[in-house]
Amino acid sequence: MPPARAWRNYPQLYRLEAARCTKCGTVHFPPRLVCSHCRNRSFETFRLGRTGQLVSYTVIRTPSAEFTGQAPFAVGIVEMDDRVRLTAQVVDVGFDELRVGLPVRLEFRRISAEGESGVIHYGYKAAPVRG
Amino acid sequence: MRDVAVIGVGMQKWGELWAKSIRDIWVESALMAMDDAGVDHIDSMYVGSMSPGLFSSQEHLESLLADYLGQHHVPATRVESACASGGLAFRLAWMEVASGLSDVVLASGVEKMTDVSGSEATHALATAADMKWEGMSGVTFPGLYAMMAVAHMHKYGTTRQQLAQVAVKNHENGSKNPRAQFPMRITVEDVIHSVQVADPLNILDCSPITDGAAAVILVPADQVKKYKKPGVKVTGSGHATDTIALHSREDLAAIRAAAIAAEGAYRMAGKTPKDIDFAEVHDCFTIAEILISEALGFFEPGQGGPAAEAGWTALGGRIPINPSGGLKSKGHPVGATGVAQIVEITEQLRGECGPRQVKGARVGLAQNMGGSGGSCLVHILEVM
Ligand SMILES: [Zn+2]
Repeated sequence: MPPARAWRNYPQLYRLEAARCTKCGTVHFPPRLVCSHCRNRSFETFRLGRTGQLVSYTVIRTPSAEFTGQAPFAVGIVEMDDRVRLTAQVVDVGFDELRVGLPVRLEFRRISAEGESGVIHYGYKAAPVRG
Repeated sequence: MRDVAVIGVGMQKWGELWAKSIRDIWVESALMAMDDAGVDHIDSMYVGSMSPGLFSSQEHLESLLADYLGQHHVPATRVESACASGGLAFRLAWMEVASGLSDVVLASGVEKMTDVSGSEATHALATAADMKWEGMSGVTFPGLYAMMAVAHMHKYGTTRQQLAQVAVKNHENGSKNPRAQFPMRITVEDVIHSVQVADPLNILDCSPITDGAAAVILVPADQVKKYKKPGVKVTGSGHATDTIALHSREDLAAIRAAAIAAEGAYRMAGKTPKDIDFAEVHDCFTIAEILISEALGFFEPGQGGPAAEAGWTALGGRIPINPSGGLKSKGHPVGATGVAQIVEITEQLRGECGPRQVKGARVGLAQNMGGSGGSCLVHILEVM
């Protein structure tokens, strides 16, 4: 990913900045300019809590070129406690532990070391909440 | 608006056509359609192609192809809506004839996918997802549909066997289609024991990587007598979009854009799901056919799996789905798929399909979609 494209995402990737519609309360992650629920254009920015649960999942065994070498790895759709969903790799988990409803917590991990710029990219991944 | 009819169709055998370029593949199909209709000139043309840039390092495809078809200076338009590009090309061609702007319009689609490696092709296809917010996780298209399958299994109890049954049925149909890329018959056991791609989907749950093209000619319905073959009337057209990020949709176990596009097409045609004799649907993965059979109203939500298992969607069943073999067996050159569905429906309604003919077919439905359901086209065609 070119540096500028990565840099633009830093507020979301590193601080999980989301936007709550001031009119209908819908949470958007990443933030948007227009609320897709009510078309309102004003939002308050806030940081998402880190916890949520899996609403679906899979194990990628045949990856795309960029992720060759990482497979097999788990991916899931996480419903955050702040009531917004996102897609993330699920790490530190046995594939047979994956289930709908699994409590997870977002952690910051390396996404890729490559990229034409040589910049190491970080982002969020989901890990099960233990105990 | 004028009534519009399909008057000619063209499509060669699909597969890994390594000896042919994207332009040759497309021109062959376009010429077949023009010959079928008996025309040597078109007023305008549309080409559905998802990513000739990534697959073939060639953009500006519409003008290139108009030139190679020998139709210098005709207005030509390439349209892109991921795997629904072909369906969208057909809809725009239909609109152009319906509006009265043109009398002979070519709708077509093409993709040449095997000139790049498998992982490059997976990447090119992945660009139909939200590259930033889905792509970062490394999820692939099989992965997105796998998550829809997990959600459907969790919500409705759909089984692994029911998914596999879709592939078995489509390969059975494809074995009767001389144009199919993979016409071999397979069993439920074959599917369940094939290479794992994205759990619970295996390679035999997935449509293949394919080179191919398809083309049809549209004319005003009141002019069909001027042409060689009987016309097939386009009576309904529906088009809808949805979030391209799967995670932004409320229900992961349904494809809303398909239901909305179908509603539009049914309303325009004055038809209900019960009036449809057979359908060509976008079975890019086995779970997709189950989701779509529910979205089109053939079965209640959650009943698509049991219906597939009971044989209701097989040739001779209550509502035959994908008599052509579908994307699964016929192949899936993404931009061409939506147009190939129209080719199959036209030939079925003309009674030309031999061993895979749906007996007494008078009303056919085509459903084509992009990505994980971020775009969808539905068309209804009828015997005139
Ligand atoms: Zn709002």
